[in-house]
Amino acid sequence: MMASSYNAKEEDGHVAVAGGGTIKNKKPDNTAFKQQRLPAWQPILTAGTVLPAFFVIGLIFIPIGIGLYVTSNNIKEFEIDYTGTDISSPCFNCSQSFSWNSTRPCICVLPFTLEQPFESKVYMYYGLSNFYQNHRRYVKSRDDSQLNGDINSLKNPTKECEPYARNEKVPIAPCGAIANSMFNDTLDLYYIDPNGTRIQIPLTKTGIAWQSDMNVKFRNPGSNTNLTAAFQGTSKPINWHKPVYELDTNPQNNGFINEDFIVWMRTAALPTFRKLYRIIDKKNHMTPTLPRGNYTLEVTYNYPVRSFEGKKRVILSTISWMGGKNPFLGIAYITVGSVCFFLGVVLLIIHHKYGSRNNSADIPN
Amino acid sequence: MEQIHWVRHRCRRLASSRSVRGFYSAPSSQHSERSPELHSTQQLSGKRRTVVARHGPRQHEYHSVSKGCQGNSIRTTKYSLLTFIPMNLFQQFHRLANLYFLFLVMLNWVPVVEAFQKEITMIPLVVVLIIIAIKDALEDYRRYRFDRRINNNIATVYSGKYQRYVDQHWKDVCVGDFVRLSFNEIIPADMLLLYSSDPHGVCYIETANLDGETNLKQRQVVRDLPQQGSEFTPENFHSHIECESPNNDLIRFRGYMEHPNKKRVGLHNNNLLLRSCTIRNTETVIGIVVYAGHETKAMMNNSGPRYKRSKLERRLNVDVLWSVVLLVIMCLTGAVGHALWLWNLKDALFQIPDTVSPALAGFYMFWTMIIVLQVLIPISLYVSIEVVKLCQIFFIQNDKDFYDENLDSRIECRALNITEDLGQIQYVFSDKTGTLTENKMVFCRCTIAGVEYPHEENARRLEVYEQEEVEAVDRSHTLKSHTSAKSLSCKSLSCNRSSVSLHTLTGDAEDEEAPSPNVLPHNAFSSPMEKDVVPDPLLLQKLNCLYSPLFLLRDASLELTYIVDFFMALAICNTVVVSSPNQPRYVVKVPEVSPTKLKSLDDIKMLFQRFGLPRFSTLSPAQATESSHSFTRSLFARGKAPSFNLSPTPVDKGTVAGGEPGAQAITSIKPGLNVARGEHGDQGYEEEDDEEDERRQDVNGVEDNVVILNSGALTGLDNSNKAPGSPGEPSEDELIYEAESPDEAALVHAARVYGCTLRGRSVDHLLVELPGMGSLPVRLLHILPFDSTRKRMSVVVRHPLTNQVVVYTKGADSVIMDLAKSAEGADQSDYMQGHIREQTQKHLDSYAREGLRTLCIAKKVLEENEYESWLKHHVFAETSIENREELLLESALKLETNITLLGATGIVDRLQEEVPETIEALQKAGVKVWVLTGDKQETAINIACACKLLRSTDQLLTANCGSKEMCKALIFELRKEVERRELECGEANEGTSGFTLVVDGRTLEFALEDDLKDGFLELSRRCRAVICCRSTPLQKSQVVRLVQDQLRVMTLAIGDGANDVSMIQVADVGIGISGQEGMQAVMSSDFAISRFKHLRKLLLVHGHWCYTRLANMILYFFYKNVMYVNLLFWYQFFCGFSGSVMSNSWVLIFFNLLFTSTPPLIYGILDKDVSAETLMMLPELYISGQNSKAYLPSTFWLTMLDAFYQSLVCFFIPYFAYAGSDADLLSFGSPVNASALFIILIHQVIESHTLTWLHALVLVGSALFYFSFTLVFSVVCVTCSPPTNPLGVDTLQMSQPLFYGVCALTTVLALLPRLLFHALHNSISPSDTLRATLMEQVNPKEYCRRMQNWNQDQSKAKSLVVPVEDSALTVPD
Repeated sequence: MMASSYNAKEEDGHVAVAGGGTIKNKKPDNTAFKQQRLPAWQPILTAGTVLPAFFVIGLIFIPIGIGLYVTSNNIKEFEIDYTGTDISSPCFNCSQSFSWNSTRPCICVLPFTLEQPFESKVYMYYGLSNFYQNHRRYVKSRDDSQLNGDINSLKNPTKECEPYARNEKVPIAPCGAIANSMFNDTLDLYYIDPNGTRIQIPLTKTGIAWQSDMNVKFRNPGSNTNLTAAFQGTSKPINWHKPVYELDTNPQNNGFINEDFIVWMRTAALPTFRKLYRIIDKKNHMTPTLPRGNYTLEVTYNYPVRSFEGKKRVILSTISWMGGKNPFLGIAYITVGSVCFFLGVVLLIIHHKYGSRNNSADIPN
Repeated sequence: MEQIHWVRHRCRRLASSRSVRGFYSAPSSQHSERSPELHSTQQLSGKRRTVVARHGPRQHEYHSVSKGCQGNSIRTTKYSLLTFIPMNLFQQFHRLANLYFLFLVMLNWVPVVEAFQKEITMIPLVVVLIIIAIKDALEDYRRYRFDRRINNNIATVYSGKYQRYVDQHWKDVCVGDFVRLSFNEIIPADMLLLYSSDPHGVCYIETANLDGETNLKQRQVVRDLPQQGSEFTPENFHSHIECESPNNDLIRFRGYMEHPNKKRVGLHNNNLLLRSCTIRNTETVIGIVVYAGHETKAMMNNSGPRYKRSKLERRLNVDVLWSVVLLVIMCLTGAVGHALWLWNLKDALFQIPDTVSPALAGFYMFWTMIIVLQVLIPISLYVSIEVVKLCQIFFIQNDKDFYDENLDSRIECRALNITEDLGQIQYVFSDKTGTLTENKMVFCRCTIAGVEYPHEENARRLEVYEQEEVEAVDRSHTLKSHTSAKSLSCKSLSCNRSSVSLHTLTGDAEDEEAPSPNVLPHNAFSSPMEKDVVPDPLLLQKLNCLYSPLFLLRDASLELTYIVDFFMALAICNTVVVSSPNQPRYVVKVPEVSPTKLKSLDDIKMLFQRFGLPRFSTLSPAQATESSHSFTRSLFARGKAPSFNLSPTPVDKGTVAGGEPGAQAITSIKPGLNVARGEHGDQGYEEEDDEEDERRQDVNGVEDNVVILNSGALTGLDNSNKAPGSPGEPSEDELIYEAESPDEAALVHAARVYGCTLRGRSVDHLLVELPGMGSLPVRLLHILPFDSTRKRMSVVVRHPLTNQVVVYTKGADSVIMDLAKSAEGADQSDYMQGHIREQTQKHLDSYAREGLRTLCIAKKVLEENEYESWLKHHVFAETSIENREELLLESALKLETNITLLGATGIVDRLQEEVPETIEALQKAGVKVWVLTGDKQETAINIACACKLLRSTDQLLTANCGSKEMCKALIFELRKEVERRELECGEANEGTSGFTLVVDGRTLEFALEDDLKDGFLELSRRCRAVICCRSTPLQKSQVVRLVQDQLRVMTLAIGDGANDVSMIQVADVGIGISGQEGMQAVMSSDFAISRFKHLRKLLLVHGHWCYTRLANMILYFFYKNVMYVNLLFWYQFFCGFSGSVMSNSWVLIFFNLLFTSTPPLIYGILDKDVSAETLMMLPELYISGQNSKAYLPSTFWLTMLDAFYQSLVCFFIPYFAYAGSDADLLSFGSPVNASALFIILIHQVIESHTLTWLHALVLVGSALFYFSFTLVFSVVCVTCSPPTNPLGVDTLQMSQPLFYGVCALTTVLALLPRLLFHALHNSISPSDTLRATLMEQVNPKEYCRRMQNWNQDQSKAKSLVVPVEDSALTVPD
């Protein structure tokens, strides 16, 4: 019963006597708008009028919260840190002896155990911490035209890319700090059969980027067929080991439209983030995608984070309709709903205490 | 005549000697000795202008002389097509806010601090600049069109080439041109009148375009022109003119014209035709242009719109400064944070190699942050406020309650930016006459020679009028149609309006075509009510002696001479212009009557001569010692004629009960002439009295005698009536008097009723009809016009009967009584004067008690030699150029001494309708009403009682002191008294006590001095009302200023006349009443209303609304900006304080500029916390505005706090929801932005008091706009907006349930506290406003009941405060 009353008392109807139109009359028009008598709804927020809203919010939010919480709890997630800051870590050596120029890859193997089987499609993420992909100058340091396949921008990257625009006068493709710092660890997942055999788990490397990015935003210069020719006259980013047109053998996933590259180029919002690396598709209905048991993660350790105290993780997760595992939202909904309900009760008491006084508004204080 | 020649000669000598000693040397050594300070000021003003005819014989001089003079084309536009852009930009960048944003734009061009793309930072500035530029351009274009129309007006100008007058555009008229104008033409430039077709060399102009006064003003041809009389020939104009440099003083013009023979003639205002006035009643005039174009007085007087800074805006500026402080703090946080972050960062992958040290980077970051967080300073707030105020003014102007049917006028808002001040007024200073009262003066009663004539019939008639007023709409309509011809002609001719009302952007286009002053149908103070006066039978009887056949001159009493002189003075001591209605605006001239025709009146002359010099010689000492009553009886008994009464049925039918059918003609006595003709026969003169037959016989008898007696005069009059071109008989009685002040008209009408009719006026003659004597031409020697220092005016005439020089003086009772007192002497005539004075004083006091305006009438007979010597001095004063005013004043003072008191008049000035209600409502609303008037104390108190300013329970504190010490003591004493009373009542609440202070002008003068003003203020602050009487315009403004400055309160001054102008200008809000006294008050006011009662709705409803609306809108604006900007600020903690933003920069900029800019506007324009009806019924609701309840510093900080909280919620819920996920920068920003939008919009719904379909439209529209914009943008924008390319982001986000989950939770949690706060506050301690709103929601019957209860309770609460006992606390001086 939100207080609603139409306070257009009486509409005087006839709009200003016409007066034959000969004599200009300055009398203002008697219209509801000009006389400020538009019919209006007057929300008056008192305990009595507001408390239904509180109850309604409480009643809606608590079930939603429970739903969200349950959904989030049903999501299976496994996370493993492979930064190698700890001496005990298998990747300690790799992290210590890192240089961009080293040609020999450093490989470390991390064993882990999944306590529960992952039933549905599993998403494999790599996570970085303390990595400020959202730094203003970092975010700017890219050339969207170049990435969209603009030939001119390919040869003349925008100056936003500086100092990663040119390598000794040769334009860098893709230019900029974002591309230059692209995550280049290779992650492989092996299932250790109960009888000890290592089975490599097939990882799908397509379908991890946004459709809009794949199809619209990122374009290779020229055609996808001869990328080497298309990128002629450009240089690879300084930190890269191979040029952009050698990222993959599949021409639909090569060059600027390489999905790993595209995923990396979508700069994360917060300094701790994960990015989709691979997808483990479900084989059939019968077996879980990842059965419980022992696994090893084989990391080709290329990406240095130790200098800025970053962390690298691998995350295996199923997802639900509301995304990855995050109990926060469910809890928040439940909390807010409960608070609303509680406040509703408080307001009800107040309404009973003061409401009668309000209704007879003729008692001055 | 010889004498005059001598004077002229002397003047010429003086003039020539002056020319030797320099133009501005003192006119006479004697004078300069007496006033050295005047002398010194003369030499300071040294500029003057010389004008010679352009096509006259002195052409060779022309070019050198008129080099510095401007042409007549005017240009009021600020810009031209070419200069518009640079000039307008230049103008706009005078605003601090614009400069700030320009600075931001520049800052963004510095690479190291650049935050957004360069073009994006420019958008807000460009949008604001464009909006303002469009507004300016439209305004300027209107001005341009107006200028063009005026410049292309046609005037007839003498052309040297063709040797004749040719038509020229106004813009081609130059200084020195001869311009010929005819009837109804508008004067194109300020020119000297050189020729008029009028034989007397006068012409009439109407200055309505200039000052709104519709009466005619007389202008005179420059005296002593060589070619006077004959047709003017430009070729022979050899003279040159010296006058002052262009200035803006409309009523002053000084200069002289030097003829070839070195003869100099003084020029003054009377010779000057002012630009944009209209020629009336004169066939042809020729003048020489002295000032043209922008140098004309009309244009120099044209000041643009008034800009005042409202209280709310001052408060707002403080908060903008706080915002700046907040911004600096936030930016410093960012800078320090960034420096520290960089310090700890070593060789990060994401770091762009830089040689910059962390400290320097922090410094750069400071500026980047300023760009990023710029929205915190609300640039669009100023534009929004302007828009909101314009709309508020639109609503105020369109309120039909402010429409006045009679004047066909609305409220006029002249100041555009102080609407919200109307809602915060604490003190109202009101003028009395014309503001509280109608300023329709109606003659009520008079006292002559110490005998009072109560005019009871007349009083009764006035009451009838008052009742009839309601139904009198018809009457006023006929009155209107009466003048429609005139007003129409004025409409088409209005030309100066360009300079006066250009600035009203809000005004309708039609308003400019037909400016309100011109269509005012007030017919120069001659509504029927003012015209019809029922004569007092006793007085009429006495006057009728003059018609009596038995009229024996030797028996004629002294009293009769007094009476005749009294009415004579009423009729001629004025500046009334006479015209007849069938020829509107055509002045009735004095017919050519030779003065020798009145031989037969020798006897009457004798009568007047007797009254002249040997004053009261007939009175014996014995009689003089008798008691007053018997004295007068014995005095008048001698003159008593046989008792018959010619007295006609004086009143028009509808007003007096029992009037005869058919007798509906406008009332006037038909003396002699008409009766003799017997046109109307007896039926017009029937009386309800008895002895009707007998009387009729008498009447017939009188007729015969009168005819015989007056044969001489009648022939004169008859001739004039039959002369072609004269008004003709029927109009004879329908003269229209156009007076400068309503008192004058009232008095002339009164005199007319007694047969003393002013029939015509020319420059040196007046035609006056006297009872029993017919029309007599009276030679008018001088008019000493009214001024506020002398408080009186005089005319010097040669009496038609005695041929003596007589001075008639009319003025405020105090001054006249003083002057009359100074007549000293020991003989019995003086004794009698003393007696008359005494009686008159008594009557005056009683008049004042009744609330009448009093005027005293006096006369003085001058001896010839006395006159000659005065004349010498006066002519000298008139012709002097410098300090002429002082000399004229001195000369007038010299003349107005030793005057003989004739009597006094009481004029009633009725209260306007609903004044008591309005004042009561204002007082209930906590507004203190002070009345500042120039009237007498008794009159003022009386009016104050009538308008309920003074209640019967109130205690009157009167302060009249003669000296400063006394004043000091008195103030102290009164303060003590008030404090004592307050203590007694146990109520220390200031202002609520029932004290009313009455101060007179002299006391006020002392009280306003520095050492006393604090005490005075302290005293008056404790009083419920203060009445200052006898106050000068200067004092009025001083009082206003004192209260305003010392008490720091909002003041409003309301007045209607020129004497209120200074007060209106000083006050925070000045309100002019467009009434009877011209337009000066309106011109200087911020709002012009037509009735006092409109003040009630203006303040209580519109003021309240405007204030709450604007205050709420400003708070909302601050909230909105802080809330949104903080989202960006919180993000800095998660991006290394790098100035990164999580949304697309276009969305970021548009968020404030487009998506959320209209809702606050609608909120500021349409929100209504309480309905108009309730606001009118419960004035107490106004108090919240006075105390700035809606916008206190605490409210501001609470709002800020809420904004901080909301932004925290709005940021951190999405933060935790997306923490650690794969959300990218923009995907994170998308729900944050959307929730912010929802929060901001729903926050407004919570804050709004009313929601109409317009609100719904705008709110839903804003949300839809945001979503459609972002969606379309995220589809279309492939490579645009580089660092924050939104492609695909929002489409993807909005397809995910998480987005909506986050938005819903965020919005609810963010708004929860505010909703709860409102609910709790409104439930536990509801404000008055809310309780009133609650009352509106119940059904009407219940509503009425509660309304009554409320009012009763309030009055109960009040009555506890008001002391019950009523002992007048008067401290006499």
